Amino acid sequence: MRKVYHKIIQIQGNVITVEASDVAYNELAEITTSRGISLAQVIRLQDNKVFLQVFAGSRGISTQDQVRFLGHPMLVSKSQALLGRVFNGRGEPRDSRPAINDELIEIGGPSVNPAKRIIPRNMIRTGIPMIDVFNTLVESQKLPIFSVAGEPYNQLLARIALQAEVDVIIIGGMGLKYDDYLFFRNTLDENGALSRSVMFIHTAADPVVESLLVPDMSLAVAESYALEGKRVLVLLTDMTNFADALKETAITMEQIPANRGYPGDLYSQLASRYEKAVDFDGAGSITILAVTTMPGDDVTHPVPDNTGYITEGQFYLRNGRIEPFGSLSRLKQQVNSRTRKDHRIIMDTMIRFYADYKETLEKQSMGFQMSEWDKKLLKYGKLFEAQMMDLSVNIPLEEALDAGWEILAECFDPTETGIKSDLVKEFWPNKAKSTDI
Amino acid sequence: MPNTGKIVGVNGNMLTVEFTGAVTQNEVAYAILGDIRLKCEVIRVRGNRADLQAFESTNDIKVGDQVEFDDELLSVELGPGLLTQVFDGLQNPLPDLAERSGFFLQRGVYLNALDRQKTWEFTPAVKAGDTVRAGDKIGSVPEGMFEHYIMVPFGWAGEWKIVSIAPQGDYNIVTPIAKAENSKGEQRDIAMMQRWPVKVAISCYKEKLLANQPMITQTRSIDTFFPVATGGTFCTPGPFGAGKTVLQHSISQNAQADVVIIAACGERAGEVVEILREFPELTDPKTGRSLMDRSIIICNTSSMPVAAREASVYTAVTLAEYYRQMGLNSLLLADSTSRWAQALREMSGRLEEIPGEEAFPAYLESRIAEFYERAGLVKLNDGKLGSVTIGGSVSPAGGNFEEPVTQATLKVVGCFLGLSRERSDARRYPAIHPLDSWSKYPSVVDNAKLDFARNILRRGNEVNQMMKVVGEEGTHINDFIVYLKSEFLDYVYLQQNTFDEVDGATSLERQKYVFDKVYQVLAGEFKLTDRDLARRYFLELRQNFIDWNYHKMDSKEFKELEAAIDAKMKEQIKNA
Repeated sequence: MRKVYHKIIQIQGNVITVEASDVAYNELAEITTSRGISLAQVIRLQDNKVFLQVFAGSRGISTQDQVRFLGHPMLVSKSQALLGRVFNGRGEPRDSRPAINDELIEIGGPSVNPAKRIIPRNMIRTGIPMIDVFNTLVESQKLPIFSVAGEPYNQLLARIALQAEVDVIIIGGMGLKYDDYLFFRNTLDENGALSRSVMFIHTAADPVVESLLVPDMSLAVAESYALEGKRVLVLLTDMTNFADALKETAITMEQIPANRGYPGDLYSQLASRYEKAVDFDGAGSITILAVTTMPGDDVTHPVPDNTGYITEGQFYLRNGRIEPFGSLSRLKQQVNSRTRKDHRIIMDTMIRFYADYKETLEKQSMGFQMSEWDKKLLKYGKLFEAQMMDLSVNIPLEEALDAGWEILAECFDPTETGIKSDLVKEFWPNKAKSTDI
Repeated sequence: MPNTGKIVGVNGNMLTVEFTGAVTQNEVAYAILGDIRLKCEVIRVRGNRADLQAFESTNDIKVGDQVEFDDELLSVELGPGLLTQVFDGLQNPLPDLAERSGFFLQRGVYLNALDRQKTWEFTPAVKAGDTVRAGDKIGSVPEGMFEHYIMVPFGWAGEWKIVSIAPQGDYNIVTPIAKAENSKGEQRDIAMMQRWPVKVAISCYKEKLLANQPMITQTRSIDTFFPVATGGTFCTPGPFGAGKTVLQHSISQNAQADVVIIAACGERAGEVVEILREFPELTDPKTGRSLMDRSIIICNTSSMPVAAREASVYTAVTLAEYYRQMGLNSLLLADSTSRWAQALREMSGRLEEIPGEEAFPAYLESRIAEFYERAGLVKLNDGKLGSVTIGGSVSPAGGNFEEPVTQATLKVVGCFLGLSRERSDARRYPAIHPLDSWSKYPSVVDNAKLDFARNILRRGNEVNQMMKVVGEEGTHINDFIVYLKSEFLDYVYLQQNTFDEVDGATSLERQKYVFDKVYQVLAGEFKLTDRDLARRYFLELRQNFIDWNYHKMDSKEFKELEAAIDAKMKEQIKNA
């Protein structure tokens, strides 16, 4: 029986301080208050003082409440019984079914040895041309969706989850609206995917600090499944809420803020989660798609900014479309040389023309006379937006590439595209005359 | 009896320890947690308490746990067998760790960097009675394609007389192969392996020379426009997604250096894996051997412990200096120095130091300067030249170059390759901004022509800006042609397809050749009078050049395309 402490000497923000001995860094404790039992985690040791971060918040905690240390860090079950279940931010069932307490593992485990990783090599097909053609998603990739609040990012996540060929889907919700939680659950259910999903859902109504555990629990479960050879897709929404919870604790602990109040270790904190994405040499894989909402649509805000440096690219979701500029899949080179040989050239050429189109639009809006070239670009831009960028388009990669050639042929002649001549010979649609170079 | 202490505080990766004996700043200490020992470094001493940065996760540590001080500064092993290896920031070989602990990096597992069993064929270069100094060669062993010098340990002061030296033969790296004596009569053994504290520069050379010879990277916009010198320093700041890492990979593969050390410092593990898996497959065109044979990879990725990230750049530069002592040219590529600076910031925050700008510590600038100053072209004691070239990528927050790490770096480097979002959005790779970047080193092409080309870029940009205001119809045809020329230069010369075997690496000879041809276009007086025709002409010319770039210089197609280009140029250029 472990010792119970009664002396809480400080309560500040979500952090309480007790005098205790023989307490390990990062260990869990239970605080029994008049409201019930609340979990807390050791975040600092200083002589005989123990600082505890209380997950349910410190409201209602009395200086004489009991603190009992559990002698272990946060644990989560890795049992197969998790499939089809929904848990809250503390890992307790949210679906009024019994708790699962077997095969417990520690969360936030050590980093994967880079020597045991392999180069990702499998494309994840989504049927969305802006992803498949221009920024191919790859198994074991970690990729955020940057967007402002109000964009249909959760819908996009759900759509990718359902179309992706993976064995297990894990959804980690942080500060999720209850409606969004129901949306995810119902969508998975309707498509028969619930039985291969696990959900850790912290809703906007729950105490903020509880969201801190969600990524670690989701990823610990994902990791143990991946080690069993499964391909796991982890969806995290929204990581900005997670970062804000980190900020809150850091400020309470009087850490010197680095940028807009966020702690100096924000990069390392985010990285230790995102880096769990892996393709194991000799086991399964973890792919992470995360939503990062950008306050004020500002990509230089510390959360999207640090995220961008960690992840392997990003999708910008703006006005219901995936933006071609800024959106990037860093792993696309691993797979798009093996899809079809015109993949890369279509990808590069079309984006370049779209950039030119944007410039022409600017000129047009300033009232300049449009040259022949400008008119071609304007036509191109409209076609591109309608046939490629619209999120309702759902076609396989090959059809999307063909559509790309059609659009180019409709607007330009081969010389103007700057495409290598041998590819032009092979792919340029016949209806337009192919001039020899 | 080692000096010991007791833990009195844990705050993230910082441990506070109460000690009794004497401790040294930056000495290594181990926190004892059951049967595992966690490596730490002393970073501050106050009274009888020392603050330690732990190189491992501090989970489960309790107040009262034991700490042992090691009495040695954080050091690396230097000796034959370093090349082709993959280390973490503390020089643990990662493949061996994987063999031992499986998929994950278990804390508290430390392995020897160099194999103690393996023997090397030693050939002595001195004889008993010779006088030597620290850093002097006493013999050599073959390491891959290099003659690896065995040297008098770098830390030995004064002159030493060789008492005995082993005959030619196979020895392992810890067996003493020589005995030396100093003027005071003190005798010491020399083995093939020596240890050196990473935060101290190796300076056993005669003098540091001015770095003014170009180091060919085979990236056209670098070698021609913003050259890097052998023994110089350069930095590549850029927002995320601008292609920093792709550029660094390309340099690491194509640069004309003898030894390449890649420090993946706080960046993505996936990028390192690409190097780990691809380098052994790629051949170095210069030597015909695997690229791995000339490389060492130091890999402390973003999810690995932060303090080890801080150590990793020092580990890397120490290894680079070690090979410089053998008269070789080493190239260190650090990706990214911003992560290293952030590691400093994290520790500084835990130490509750008064923060400077953006909470970076006040000593950030001096640390960055100190690091880049370890680069250099040197004349060794035996008169040979050796060099360390350092290229650091910088990841400025928000892509804003005004931030402290970029600014502190710009003050001390000789070449600035600024990557721009604007270029990468337009898929103009490498996204080195041709107007913002600069280099203080001499270029490989004729200076007058280069200035002319630069001027075209500058003026082309002005015309482009102007056209946005007055429109194409308000632009004079001559100005318009300048704009087309600048775009032409950008597309056919500055832009380069890293992923293409031929276009991805342009030799010095080819750069000179192609640049001359490009220059003829830039300097040409055109007969064109119609804007649409002019645009069309340049598009076609550009197409010819791009096709040309994709063919090997000794191929038939190269000649044919060149003839086509010449003909095309004659069509419109008055003075062609």
